[in-house]
Amino acid sequence: MSVPRYWRNEVPRYRLMGRKCVACGARYFPAQPVCTCGGTEFEDIKLVEAGEVVTWTVIRSPPLGYEKYAPYVVALVELDDGMRLLSQVVDVDPADVKAGMRVEAVFRKVREDGPSGIIMYGYKFRPMVE
Amino acid sequence: MKTLRQVGIVGYGAYVPMYRLNAAEINRMWGTSGAPVEEKSVVALDEDTVTISVECAKQAVRRARIDPSLIGAVYVGTESKPYAVKPSGTIVAEAIGATPSVSTADYEFACKAGTEAMQTCIGLVGSGMQRYAMAIGADTAQGRPADALEYTAACGGAAYIFAERSAETVAYLEASYSYVTDTPDFWRRAKEMYPRHGNRFTGEPAYFKHITGATKGLLKETGYGPEEFKYAVFHQPNTKFPITVARSLGFSVDQINPGLVVGKVGNTYAGSSPMGLAATLDVAEPGDRIFMVSYGSGSGSDAFIFTAQDALRDKRGGPNLKGFIDRKRNVDYATYLRHRGQIIQ
Ligand SMILES: [Zn+2]
Repeated sequence: MSVPRYWRNEVPRYRLMGRKCVACGARYFPAQPVCTCGGTEFEDIKLVEAGEVVTWTVIRSPPLGYEKYAPYVVALVELDDGMRLLSQVVDVDPADVKAGMRVEAVFRKVREDGPSGIIMYGYKFRPMVE
Repeated sequence: MKTLRQVGIVGYGAYVPMYRLNAAEINRMWGTSGAPVEEKSVVALDEDTVTISVECAKQAVRRARIDPSLIGAVYVGTESKPYAVKPSGTIVAEAIGATPSVSTADYEFACKAGTEAMQTCIGLVGSGMQRYAMAIGADTAQGRPADALEYTAACGGAAYIFAERSAETVAYLEASYSYVTDTPDFWRRAKEMYPRHGNRFTGEPAYFKHITGATKGLLKETGYGPEEFKYAVFHQPNTKFPITVARSLGFSVDQINPGLVVGKVGNTYAGSSPMGLAATLDVAEPGDRIFMVSYGSGSGSDAFIFTAQDALRDKRGGPNLKGFIDRKRNVDYATYLRHRGQIIQ
């Protein structure tokens, strides 16, 4: 990922900020330029940082830049406000992930552009700490 | 030192990563014996000082129940910045929503960088320049394999948001004090991976002299005796030093025990005494007076007196530091190296 592209997406990725269509109320994460209703006017919304695992997979052959984290879990997470998103789930043994597992958003390193490039941070999820 | 207007802590957070390396595993590796701490914390593959700082900062904002855009300063004290040049504070401030009307900087003073940031935030709020100011002490500490530091160098941190003393603050500051001399007990030169230290030189002329100097200075300034504190926190490079220095200054083991987390998490450097204060606030009751002293090589100590307020009871919800300490998974030495990025793939 280029530095400008990472930078443009910092706020949504750091703070889990999505968008809501002003015309029909549909919510998007990540943001889309045009709503399914045709609307192009959006307002920022803060996503809820707690939810549960709907389904998941274990990535053993990761894409370029993610090699050092493998094997890792990528899950479809349903947030408590009904929004769904794809996210890594960390601080868990892949064998221990279950559907319905309560998870919460955390701020982690997502990838590094080699030892001299930028460090890209963003959200992931982990089993909820009580 | 006292402020022009009274200052308090309006929110705090502390965090330790979930992985642990037991002293027995390091001893197995190097054929050694003894354990300055029982076990030490190890970061996950995707954690660093910035992510630890954000974790602590988010907890502090949530507990403070404030709009993060009103936080006017975010200072990160650490000796393990992910970037040699690029502030950690900007990433933390952006992640919690404090940007762009905010002052940020990284503080460097070995293990007392976090309390140095606290002194600055207290000054900003005490002078009326800022409504809210956040100080963080966090580290992913480095220790050369087989060096004495490897047994203790650990990862963790704590964050404090300072505000004018009110019914909203969880503890207010009575006074603070700083004691500094030039003492080369521990250092790391540019581009070196690991710090070097003066072995026995790190004890008497360094740790003990500065903590004693700061403690006596603040007690003299305030007129308090050790028995007038419910709790005390001294920088925790290992289990022995804080107990020894506490006793020599007239404090009891009962006073320091609630904040003595080093045995289970290791020495979190800039995070050490701030985490000890957080563990103490997690159990303190309104009215309890807390004494806190950091130590940073180079060398110096910052001492603080906080008194817990009524809001503490209802503003420490969610997982506390003990929750994160108990959430643990032990790893072997090879996994530890992998998590520290020392295995080349
Ligand atoms: Zn729409």
